[in-house]
Amino acid sequence: MLAWAVIRPRGWPEAVAAAPAAVILIAAGAIPAGAAGSEARQLGPVIGFLAAILVLAHLCDDDGLFRACGAWMARSSAGPSRRAVPRRLLVQVFVIASVTTAVLSLDATVVLLTPVVFATAARLEVRARPHVYACTHLANSASLLLPVSNLTNLLAFAASGLAFGHFAALMAVPWLAAIGVEYVVFGRFFAADLNTGDLNALPRRDRARADDEDTGLPVFTVIVVVLTLAGFAGASAAGVNPAWVAFAGAVVLAVRALVRRRVAPASLVRAADLPFLLFVLSLGIVVKAVTDNGLGRALAPLLPGGTSLPALLATAALAAALANVCNNLPAVLVLLPLAAPSGAGAVLAVLLGVNIGPNLTYTGSLATLLWRRILRHHGSSPDLGEFTRLGLLTVPAGLVIGVLALWAGLHALGG
Amino acid sequence: MTDSDTQLRSVYIWVCEGTWRASVDAALSLAPADARFTLLHVTSPDVPDAAHGAYAGLFGRGHRAADDPGTRLEKMAATSASDLLKAAAARLGRRCERLEVQGRPERAVVAASADADLLVVARDGDRTRLGPKSLGKITRFVVDHAACPVLLVWPEPAPDVATIPPPPHHPPPPPHHPSPPDR
Repeated sequence: MLAWAVIRPRGWPEAVAAAPAAVILIAAGAIPAGAAGSEARQLGPVIGFLAAILVLAHLCDDDGLFRACGAWMARSSAGPSRRAVPRRLLVQVFVIASVTTAVLSLDATVVLLTPVVFATAARLEVRARPHVYACTHLANSASLLLPVSNLTNLLAFAASGLAFGHFAALMAVPWLAAIGVEYVVFGRFFAADLNTGDLNALPRRDRARADDEDTGLPVFTVIVVVLTLAGFAGASAAGVNPAWVAFAGAVVLAVRALVRRRVAPASLVRAADLPFLLFVLSLGIVVKAVTDNGLGRALAPLLPGGTSLPALLATAALAAALANVCNNLPAVLVLLPLAAPSGAGAVLAVLLGVNIGPNLTYTGSLATLLWRRILRHHGSSPDLGEFTRLGLLTVPAGLVIGVLALWAGLHALGG
Repeated sequence: MTDSDTQLRSVYIWVCEGTWRASVDAALSLAPADARFTLLHVTSPDVPDAAHGAYAGLFGRGHRAADDPGTRLEKMAATSASDLLKAAAARLGRRCERLEVQGRPERAVVAASADADLLVVARDGDRTRLGPKSLGKITRFVVDHAACPVLLVWPEPAPDVATIPPPPHHPPPPPHHPSPPDR
């Protein structure tokens, strides 16, 4: 089933294989129907939460939020010193990509923000490589902060029993540390590209296209997103599932967009990506069956118990390795039940591993990478060496510093 | 070249983001007016590939070709390249050929300019001082491997000669030196 998800015959959604696999496993008795049901009950709210965030990000894009970000980056990168433009743009990209990933999830950064960043770099006549690579890296390593930043976080959040605010407080310093490591490495790794600001360059008027026009910040949308964020923390503290807040935020923006006829209902349904939600549910049941039937026992000795610093480091390293072999979603589903008994600290260490780790391979896992290599019939092969070198520089350092920050946070704030 | 003078016939100008103006200006001031100019731009697939990869990494979600940011980046890169060549041609103000190539820039530039009489290249590294770091990795490869004469220009006035670090203070010891024990 994992092979199907990677290969995707004829472009069929992953759920086409995953859902029957889950049904077969239940029918064959590999997982009791009751256990499958409780897994589904646990995953249901997580999946609903994810759907709401996907729709929210889509509506933010429709309302021009990312276009406005591009215009802001272009404006504030241009300045008296032309030579500094590429480096200033890199700072803006780091800020925007980190916040976008944290608030609207890594999908928003990869799908919605990356093209805007490329367009901004082209408009400023800056080599786009460092800035686009920054988006792809930060989509992973800057997805540590909030439960909504990454599906892996939503799953771990449900398993850890932490409140929304407590989760964010524990992850804030590791998040900043991981971003800091990325920034330092990027500044050195791409020094040549970042030094090519042109002293003679003038803004190119022929570039100004309709979609590049600054439409201004969509204030209403930003307010709704900020209120939704505040609502997450409030609802969680009051014992209400924050998924309802995400749902409410998405509904407010959706109704407004529908009334103004800016989006079609079909595109909202499409943004919620129902086949994917079914896939996650099926994957959860299949992974549970596999874990209960041996994989859990096989992995348990590898995972150290407790939340001492060496134990957290080893947990994060194992999670990063597993995420790189298969993918971070199956990896987190396998590791969560094993880490949860050791407490929230161990669960968050798993998250550091599965969120930062995928930057080692540019498709997030070796399985996806190998399949893409096989598929590539034509043209030159991509320069994997450069991406891998960049990953080797950022991932181990990010993991170690992130875990140190987490360990310190657990001691200061309590896990 | 069989002509008796040293007239250059085919001048390739490597057009890169950020430094192309200097290359065009150098060609205008240093190449003969009747040279055949070619503006060469290389689009590297690795930036769209990074976006393709990130999209594929969205496990279970990266399956809609229409949403793939890599595809959008490929289209934008093509537009950006043609805009850049258009702007370079306008600055050159001479008849010229525009050549847009896909591939690894370092190898594509060497291959495309193999039969040229001159290739104009701008430095693109750390340009605060004279030295090997004033060439980025890709430009270094082109300068090292070019099969034609290369004109290497500074995109802005070159740094002072004093920016070269001083030579080592002590000369290195002779390689073989029958040394008596100290003291």
